[in-house]
Amino acid sequence: MRPVAESSVKSSALSNKAVIAERAPAAPVPTNATSMTPTFLRIAERVQETADVVTLELAVPSEHEAAFRHRPGQFDMLYVFGVGEVPISISGDATRHDRVTHTVRAVGPVSTALTKLGTGDVVGVRGPFGNPWPLDAARGADVLVIAGGIGLMPLRPVILHLLRNRGQFGRVSLLYGAKRRDDLLFRDELSDWRRHPDLEVRVALNEADRDWTGDVGFVTQLLPKVGVAPADTVAFLCGPEIMIRATGRALVDIGMSARHVHASMERNMKCALGTCGHCQLGPLFICRDGPVFSFDRIDPLMSIREL
Amino acid sequence: MSGTEVRDIADILRSHPFVAGLDDEIVKLVAGCAHNVVFPAGHYLLREGEEATHFHLLRHGSVALEMHVPGRGTLTFQTLGEGELLGANWLVPPYRWYYDARAVTLVRALEFDASCLREKCEADHHVGYEMMKRFLVPMVERLQVARLQVAHLFDEQRYASGS
Repeated sequence: MRPVAESSVKSSALSNKAVIAERAPAAPVPTNATSMTPTFLRIAERVQETADVVTLELAVPSEHEAAFRHRPGQFDMLYVFGVGEVPISISGDATRHDRVTHTVRAVGPVSTALTKLGTGDVVGVRGPFGNPWPLDAARGADVLVIAGGIGLMPLRPVILHLLRNRGQFGRVSLLYGAKRRDDLLFRDELSDWRRHPDLEVRVALNEADRDWTGDVGFVTQLLPKVGVAPADTVAFLCGPEIMIRATGRALVDIGMSARHVHASMERNMKCALGTCGHCQLGPLFICRDGPVFSFDRIDPLMSIREL
Repeated sequence: MSGTEVRDIADILRSHPFVAGLDDEIVKLVAGCAHNVVFPAGHYLLREGEEATHFHLLRHGSVALEMHVPGRGTLTFQTLGEGELLGANWLVPPYRWYYDARAVTLVRALEFDASCLREKCEADHHVGYEMMKRFLVPMVERLQVARLQVAHLFDEQRYASGS
């Protein structure tokens, strides 16, 4: 990437707003990239988000705070003793160092075991791993946050960052798609976000009952309702891969550059160290090269069935 | 409908995105098949099984497309809003609706008489082609959305082991 000083932001010929310029490389990303040994952290708080989704807030002792500092978009490996280990996105506030928060959906044996743990239980934690959302590169731009289902988990730290640093960004919009109303995550916060004067929130359900007065359909159908200035927008996506594929292409179709669309990818991850190869997506290791990728890198790979 | 009324409808129609780029003579022609309607919240604009005698271009408000699913009750599978088209079943035999459409809020729309418009499309195939082009866009988009919905989009991947 050609480094450009942050002050040399160009003006678009089509818009008065600045286009997103290449910026100088950000500060080094915190990572425990060689760690194979979990640290034991105790669950300080447990929140049941939906029938099968739980948020676990782990207390980080002061002697470990430096090791567990992270950026929005990174993940940890969580180990349930006697059951196994899984990669879980960090879903909490990245500026808070005495706690690290993960939101887990019960899918397989390890994640199910995690959702059954309670306050005071101990979890093994390795991390943080992976690259963060390129929030620095989005400064000055409009930001679209698009979440599908539990994809809201790794995007929640993004929203918290955007709200804390609101003056650094243009229009900020959250488009959130969920299967049904009962599957909506972080409902109290979602209500707060809807009331926020500087954050546009639209929610679309896959199906709804008659009490639902919001949108029903697919999340891309919300794009015309928020209006997107393609040259001035950066998008952050997370959700099922088919949703990332369809949404990324919809954004490109309306004129956004695929380089300014970023997605957090998930594949079967085991070591998180770029060693075992389980999480490979063609030439990319999700754990080491991701999980956040620009859409121009992953779109061609997602079309290859064998991958 | 009087000439004045048709002119008024044509004026309203011109501001609807459905006719963007359409020759003004065709706008005036199809406006002759339309009239302005207002529905209160809760009103059904069309019901499953009824003959598809009309369609709507929504100007204001929200409409829920619903189906009754035995054992689950009434299910909303899509919502439509301002600027969108409601109803394409009038285009193809047997001209029958396969879902309900309920006004979620107050709805203002242009309601088109289906047989009137079919006659005009048959009489002038250029008019017919321009209409079909505009109907196909939302239909193709909604077909893609329906496929994604059917794919149980939000069912999570279940990894082979460990998760």
